[in-house]
Amino acid sequence: MQMRSFGQSIKRKEDPAFLTGKGRYVDDIELPNMAHAAFVRSPLAHAKIKSIDASAARAMDGVIAVITYHELPETLRQRRLPLVVPVESLTNPRLPYTLARDEVCYVGEAIAIVVAENRYIAEDAVAQVMVDLEPLGVVADCRAGLLEGAPRSHLGADSNIAATMPSVTGDIDAAFSNARHVFKESIFQHRGGAFFMECRGAIAHYDQFSENLLVYVSSQGVHRIKRSFHELFDIQDSKLRIVTPDVGGGFGPKGSYYVEYGAVAAASMATGRPVKWIEDRRENFVATHQERDQYWDVEIAVDENAKILGVRGTLTHDNGAYTPWGIVLPWISVATVPGPYVIPAYDMTLISVITNKVPTTPVRGAGRPQAVFVMERLLERVAKELGLDPAEVRRRNFIKPEQMPYDVGVIFRDGRPVVYDSGDYPKCQEVALEAINYEAFAERQKAALSEGRYIGIGIGNAVEATGLGPYEGVTVRIGTNGNITAYTGATPQGQAHKTTLAQIVADHFGVSIDAVTVETGDTSNISFGIGTFASRTAVNAGSSAHLAGQAVATKVREIAAQLLEVEPDDIELTDGVARVKGPSNRFKTLRELAVYSLGKPGFSLAPGMTPGLENTAYFTPTQSSYANGTSVAEVEVDVETGRVHINRLVMSHDCGRVINPMVVDGQVVGGVAHGVGNALFERMVHDDQAQPLSTNFGEYMLPLAADVPRVEIHHQETASPNNPLGVKGAGEGGTIPTIVAIVNAVANALAPLGVHIAEAPLSPQRIIQLIDEAKARSVA
Amino acid sequence: MKPSPFTYHAPTTTAELTELLGTLDDVRIIAGGQSLMPMMNFRFVQPGHLIDLNTVGGLAYVDVQRDFIEIGASTRQRFLQRSQDIAKHMPIVGEALSHVGHRQTRARGTIGGSLCHFDPSAELVNMAALHDAVLTLTSVDGDRSISFGEFGLGFLTTSVQPNEFLRSVRLARWPEGHGYGFEEFAMRHGDFAICAVSCLMTLDDRGAIDRLAVAVSGVSETPVRLTEMEGRLRGTMPDAGTATDLAAAAGDIEAMSDAYITSDYRSHLARVITRRAFTKATERADQRVRA
Amino acid sequence: MKDLRTISVTVNGTPYSREVETRRTLADFLRLDLKLTGTHLGCEHGACGACTVRVEGEAVRSCLMLAVQTNGKSVATVEGLAKDGKLTPMQNQFWEKHGLQCGFCTPGILMTMTEFLEENPDPTESEVRDALSGNICRCTGYQAIVDAVLATAAQARGEQ
Repeated sequence: MQMRSFGQSIKRKEDPAFLTGKGRYVDDIELPNMAHAAFVRSPLAHAKIKSIDASAARAMDGVIAVITYHELPETLRQRRLPLVVPVESLTNPRLPYTLARDEVCYVGEAIAIVVAENRYIAEDAVAQVMVDLEPLGVVADCRAGLLEGAPRSHLGADSNIAATMPSVTGDIDAAFSNARHVFKESIFQHRGGAFFMECRGAIAHYDQFSENLLVYVSSQGVHRIKRSFHELFDIQDSKLRIVTPDVGGGFGPKGSYYVEYGAVAAASMATGRPVKWIEDRRENFVATHQERDQYWDVEIAVDENAKILGVRGTLTHDNGAYTPWGIVLPWISVATVPGPYVIPAYDMTLISVITNKVPTTPVRGAGRPQAVFVMERLLERVAKELGLDPAEVRRRNFIKPEQMPYDVGVIFRDGRPVVYDSGDYPKCQEVALEAINYEAFAERQKAALSEGRYIGIGIGNAVEATGLGPYEGVTVRIGTNGNITAYTGATPQGQAHKTTLAQIVADHFGVSIDAVTVETGDTSNISFGIGTFASRTAVNAGSSAHLAGQAVATKVREIAAQLLEVEPDDIELTDGVARVKGPSNRFKTLRELAVYSLGKPGFSLAPGMTPGLENTAYFTPTQSSYANGTSVAEVEVDVETGRVHINRLVMSHDCGRVINPMVVDGQVVGGVAHGVGNALFERMVHDDQAQPLSTNFGEYMLPLAADVPRVEIHHQETASPNNPLGVKGAGEGGTIPTIVAIVNAVANALAPLGVHIAEAPLSPQRIIQLIDEAKARSVA
Repeated sequence: MKPSPFTYHAPTTTAELTELLGTLDDVRIIAGGQSLMPMMNFRFVQPGHLIDLNTVGGLAYVDVQRDFIEIGASTRQRFLQRSQDIAKHMPIVGEALSHVGHRQTRARGTIGGSLCHFDPSAELVNMAALHDAVLTLTSVDGDRSISFGEFGLGFLTTSVQPNEFLRSVRLARWPEGHGYGFEEFAMRHGDFAICAVSCLMTLDDRGAIDRLAVAVSGVSETPVRLTEMEGRLRGTMPDAGTATDLAAAAGDIEAMSDAYITSDYRSHLARVITRRAFTKATERADQRVRA
Repeated sequence: MKDLRTISVTVNGTPYSREVETRRTLADFLRLDLKLTGTHLGCEHGACGACTVRVEGEAVRSCLMLAVQTNGKSVATVEGLAKDGKLTPMQNQFWEKHGLQCGFCTPGILMTMTEFLEENPDPTESEVRDALSGNICRCTGYQAIVDAVLATAAQARGEQ
């Protein structure tokens, strides 16, 4: 096999369409006779629905239907949304109906769907639907929800706790009782939402003649959406098709099945027309899943040499009002804390609390940034207390490459033990430190301080489970016109799958990626699929593309060999033809071979060979592939205003073998920017009645071009032994260690002022408060 | 997020405009639309009638007079940014404008729209306060000119009557070579200022302050001129001590708080930013200039 | 009771005459009436810049203008950039430098930065970042966009 494309920074196949306005996102699809929907949503965080009067709205010109819970199809009135990831410790699962029946549990919960001739009229009509709500007690904060006498976030609930789950390894009591030092931290972390630029959207087209339901939806995976439709609607498998066109960003929350999708389908069934719903940004702020608050009470035990003996504590997690993903998010957090360090004993209990806020599901990083934050802040504390260099404390505790594979001792959210497969963590940190000239930083800091400038440096190290199973499939097919097409259930949202998967397939046929088309996001293209999230597509779909491509190439060789009367090994595939190796110019084109493969008079396939140049592979990894990275930030803090300026940000990153370096760099840089947002800008503010206040881009602050640093990337490539390509995921690695690297750098800059930081994000105002608190402490 | 229905009017003359204003109820005037359109898209504002100022001729101009510059209400922010007259005679306005939104919003946003919206942290509102603006309001009954103090009543509130529109604003000129400094603190480039401070200064032969104007905005519901200090500091040398006194006065302004920013932090920033604006103005003040 | 107007607008050099409801935004007019779906709506409150088009040459937010306000005016959208299938130098640099991922914010950024370079053909990185700060991109971290814009400018100056 010639390696022509794999490993090369090839320009993306996706781009010419996107650059010329020819992208096809769900809102760009127009079906004949299509109607438009808008939702009536709860203005209160917790309330009983006393009555709904839609008569005025229904009477309006251009309004086609107003559907409440009571007008839904019977199955939707009977069934709540499915629980995607059930686990035993989730003792109090909560799932919504498609439209609220008698209780609303967060601001933004859908109560009714209005269908009209256009979106303008639909919004006019939404304002005319009168909903009589009786306010109920609100759980606006996860810790408040645990207090005795706290209101219940759902009527009739015994408790606000969704789940309690310990993660334990080693002898934690011994570790702490024998420790020379124990340090305790209470850490608060808030992460906001995904805030992809294309809001969610769906078009349902129910054909009453054929009883086919076609749903276009902006998603991260069509097959799981289809599964949810099957749970909710009694519809023939053959009659249900889910299609995801181009997607304007996902970052996790577009992976969920949402109530709006079923409501739009029900609306199409009720009206006999295709119905489009495009989420607007105000809805996006209240109805798309987010991440939110985590409170960590943790302590670390170390010996006199700063070697970690144990880490223990609790994580209190704000889950929001419903649990579609169970405890996936806090579980990932808890399993990620140990990171690249040897931690002989670990005991972390997660408590997931149901509050009256929009549900949480993973956002880029998926609970890992918080975990890394906890571990890296603890190590900073150790360094400070023991008077050691923070980098040195980490060096003393790294898992060494020769310890691979390394069993951390805890269980990941896929139910499998966390066993790191590969990686050189000490080297990863050293590369980053060297790039930023860490050794000389103390001098720089001293010089700056003498000028009254506060600069600081911070490190974040992370190990990330990527390539989550159970599988992803790819079908590679050569049509009778010679076209090579790869079909997959992995559904891209900007990650360049149509390029990177083409690179993998193209190499098997010795063609350029232009000769390979990748089709994604259509349940009619491939039988099964999971989707694109959890940095899983390169590992799962990439490996399947490799295996399927390899199988088809083998078949091509075999048929060509039969026709050309040589051995398959004598055939090489280049430039779209199967050629006999050597000087003779004997070959068959892929087009000819595709026709032969379907049978031709006078030609029989070899015994046992199935017809068609086609193969489907479902690669199923035995466990996650563990990527790792070090983020080092150098910042300057204006101690008068509290503003943080990131002077430099170096990212040392190991995602195994790299399919397309340019694409991976893009993923890493974009991920870092997300981390900058989480460290310094993004905060979803609610009032004490859980009313979301930050519901526009003026108040919820995404980082802008002038706010993010230039990222300097250094790649290691430690091949994963867990998949045939040696790849690991790259989509989240930029985000995960960056938040704490920035916060550590701020803490380092402000160390001369005695400031202690145990939270993120850090606003300028908060930094001034922390400085003032430190001053007050030093005076006292 | 689509606007609710309204009746649209596109007058071409001020006479037509005042006629409409005099006869219609439930009216909003749309100028650049960069604040009004978002509020309409969110349906926070649902006017029955929308009157477009953009079709009215003769309202976009910069006219430099001896004592003031008159700016037509429909003059776009970007036009002001590119104006050589503004750059030459009122350089601080150019500095302030670079903080107003983004290039796409400055392409539409107008000075009159910004003033009538009267966001307390808006840079152009600050400029009007700083330059002792005189605003001309027009109705079917004719023109009336009012001071900035009479114009701005409070948070998003002006004294423009329902039958009036803002025709133009006059900003008082300062002598060539005056010192100026505009500083603001916003979370990100282009965001509304949490605190913005502008400072104009002339020095006498000794280098002492001859004339001073300082406007602090974002801190309270309208921009605040530090009038008392402006008078008291006349004749003093613009040094660190002066800056500290001025900063203290800014810090004494009663500060707003909201879900994001405390009054303490606003006051803190008012002190810091005032000192910085004053220092910058001092550095730029040409000592040969007499008032 | 619908308030309707007939407007004449030239979009990407082609004249159109359409009857529109006066509350229709320019963005919706382009997308729904003219089927020019390359202009995207990312926030509808003038913050994200995805809907940026040029009206009479100036880059503006098309979610904050009414279609009626473009009567008699010329509008340019992303569909008008490439001519005869040939990408503009900036489009090419975005492709070369990986200046886009999901592509949703890209049309607005291209319209903004094309105008910016006409005004400032030799910008610093910091000027590019300032000019870009009215457009939100959640995918790229902006770096590759900045590089693409700088490379376009350098190319136009004959430096590449």
